[in-house]
Amino acid sequence: MSISKDTENFDGFAISASKLTRNFGQLTAVSALDLTVEKQTIYGFLGPNGSGKTTAIRLLTGLLKPTSGQVSVLGCNLPQEANKLRLQIGYMTQKFSLYDDLTVTENLQFISRIYGLTANEQKARLSELLSIYQLTRLSKQLAGSMSGGQKQRLALAAAVLHKPKLLFLDEPTSAVDPQNRREFWEQLFDLCDQGTTILVSSHYMDEAERCHKLAILEDGIKKADDSPQALITKLPAKIVEIQANDLRHIKDNLTKLPQVISAAQLGTHLRVLINETVAQPIDFLQQQPCLTNKDKFTLVRASLEDVFVTCTGKEAISR
Amino acid sequence: MNSSLLRIQAIVIKELLQLSRDKMTFGMVIMIPLVQLLLFAFAINTNVRDIPVGVVDHSQTALSRVLQQTVSATGVITFTHSYHSIKAAQMAIDTSEVRAVLIIPKDVSQRLVRHPSVGFGLPPSSKEETSRPIAQWLVDGSDTMIASSIKSLRNMPLSELLDKPTNRNTPTFEVTLLYNPEQRSVVNIVPGLVAVILTMTMIMFTSAAIVREQEHGNMEMLITTPLASLELMIGKIVPYIFIGIIQVAIILGMGYWLFNVPFNGGFAQLALATLLFICASLVLGLVISTIAKSQLQSMQMTVFILLPSILLSGFMFPYEGMPEAAQYIAEALPATHFIRLIRGVVLRDVTVVEMGFDMLWLVAFTCIGLLVAALRFKKTLD
Repeated sequence: MSISKDTENFDGFAISASKLTRNFGQLTAVSALDLTVEKQTIYGFLGPNGSGKTTAIRLLTGLLKPTSGQVSVLGCNLPQEANKLRLQIGYMTQKFSLYDDLTVTENLQFISRIYGLTANEQKARLSELLSIYQLTRLSKQLAGSMSGGQKQRLALAAAVLHKPKLLFLDEPTSAVDPQNRREFWEQLFDLCDQGTTILVSSHYMDEAERCHKLAILEDGIKKADDSPQALITKLPAKIVEIQANDLRHIKDNLTKLPQVISAAQLGTHLRVLINETVAQPIDFLQQQPCLTNKDKFTLVRASLEDVFVTCTGKEAISR
Repeated sequence: MNSSLLRIQAIVIKELLQLSRDKMTFGMVIMIPLVQLLLFAFAINTNVRDIPVGVVDHSQTALSRVLQQTVSATGVITFTHSYHSIKAAQMAIDTSEVRAVLIIPKDVSQRLVRHPSVGFGLPPSSKEETSRPIAQWLVDGSDTMIASSIKSLRNMPLSELLDKPTNRNTPTFEVTLLYNPEQRSVVNIVPGLVAVILTMTMIMFTSAAIVREQEHGNMEMLITTPLASLELMIGKIVPYIFIGIIQVAIILGMGYWLFNVPFNGGFAQLALATLLFICASLVLGLVISTIAKSQLQSMQMTVFILLPSILLSGFMFPYEGMPEAAQYIAEALPATHFIRLIRGVVLRDVTVVEMGFDMLWLVAFTCIGLLVAALRFKKTLD
């Protein structure tokens, strides 16, 4: 099961989906999702809880059948070729889904038998994985007794055991501390360098920023997708930080204005997103009755969080 | 095919490992048959002994006392109370102090000498005087088993009372009791118990097996792997087949050593019958596990199957005595067919093939059940 980019005869995308929709009764979990994921990249799904990230991943892995739309993953048309796809993808679920009452080694042995590795392959691959994911010392420990970070490394080891070409990670770092998260992302980049395409969902901005490309989801609708840098540059808004007294009162007044996309208090500052149709945002703000000339205004660079708020906030305001 | 076997093997090894860590379940495997066998085999007894009864002795003669002793000597009843009036005796039955009362009339001696069963070589008279019974039983008839035990005393011989040969009635039929001449209920119960215990444990273990994977979130991982549903089903069943065989060995072994239940049939026949039933029960458990949403639900459904398996399968009450509708239900249960098979093999040394219908039924049940379970278990989350 070696990874080579040349043998595939499809259009160069690991995933391509068009108008992918999934309903659960009245609820539309994923709505007309168009998606292309290039090979050997890390693609991120960023969105709040309930935005359809998990459903989208389940549709792309063939676990759920789409209500409508086309999906092609690694050249397999879903849902017809879901079984063929299964050998080529790895899936790390949101919740730890290996066996708590088996040891690290037993869990990995189980997975390798399921994927049909021979005894020799299994032995070599296991010791390789145990050392990559720093599990050698823990190999005899029951999975249930390990910490969040250790469980997550085991889950990743299990998901990549059969060297999948495409790896799905559903909120992989939700139960992990920041240090472990850094190490985890380094491991993801290593996998990516070795040729694996990775699709990861998250609601952490710092993680989203590491992705090569990013889709922002809200209520099952894709609000934006591009590289994090492009998203920030293209942001149709300007950001002003205000230093003043009684920020709460100012915030309440500003959010009523149609030009203001959002206002959020960050410590002593108020971070205000103003629609780019306003040419002079500082002048615009100074004219507001709730603010005075004495207050400090600074124009600042946009961050991914601003992109996220702009993309998902419009909807909230228009409601 | 080879990789399919490897995947089944993976599931089997995993199940065995999990089972060996689960001390509770492991203990149940051994304790359920041990405890149930001791409980049922000692407790269930259709030959009722020592029923507590009272006596109202109006006669107060040596004869009436000898009569009491003779009845007592049958072992069916024990005289625990004595009452002065019939009214007090009736009260004692109402309050469950005694199950029945023997009322001995004043003229018991006259009745006895004229009674046709004692016999003076005369044919039974139709005259009222001679056809009068010697004494009367007042019985709490609500429990049919106790009532019929006391009814069996109606024609007990009373030859000792008068030191004369009884005017024995010649029976209409000669009855020869095969296979259990001493009429010990344990002989019938122990093989039946195999069916009940296997129904209980096999269905319980497997019905929880797949639901547990779902509850713990393992299923989400399993369905993204190349593992097919039928492979998962078979892999889940195999370890429990061995457990079932261990349990059968415990029950029949203890039955043989402790309760002297004869083992007349061949081991191969026993193994075949048991294997068929274990598979049928396991498959039934799998079907339940594809329906149940939680382990609690699967447990409730197990009880739903277990109760008719105990009451309707012929384990406790004869199949022939049930109304037709109940017989249809009984026919649907694997336990009914297995009880016929195992009683046949253990007690009467028949072969499974000779009881072809029951054998085929278990085989068909297993195949259809496995198919239903595999079809119901979806590899998608829809």
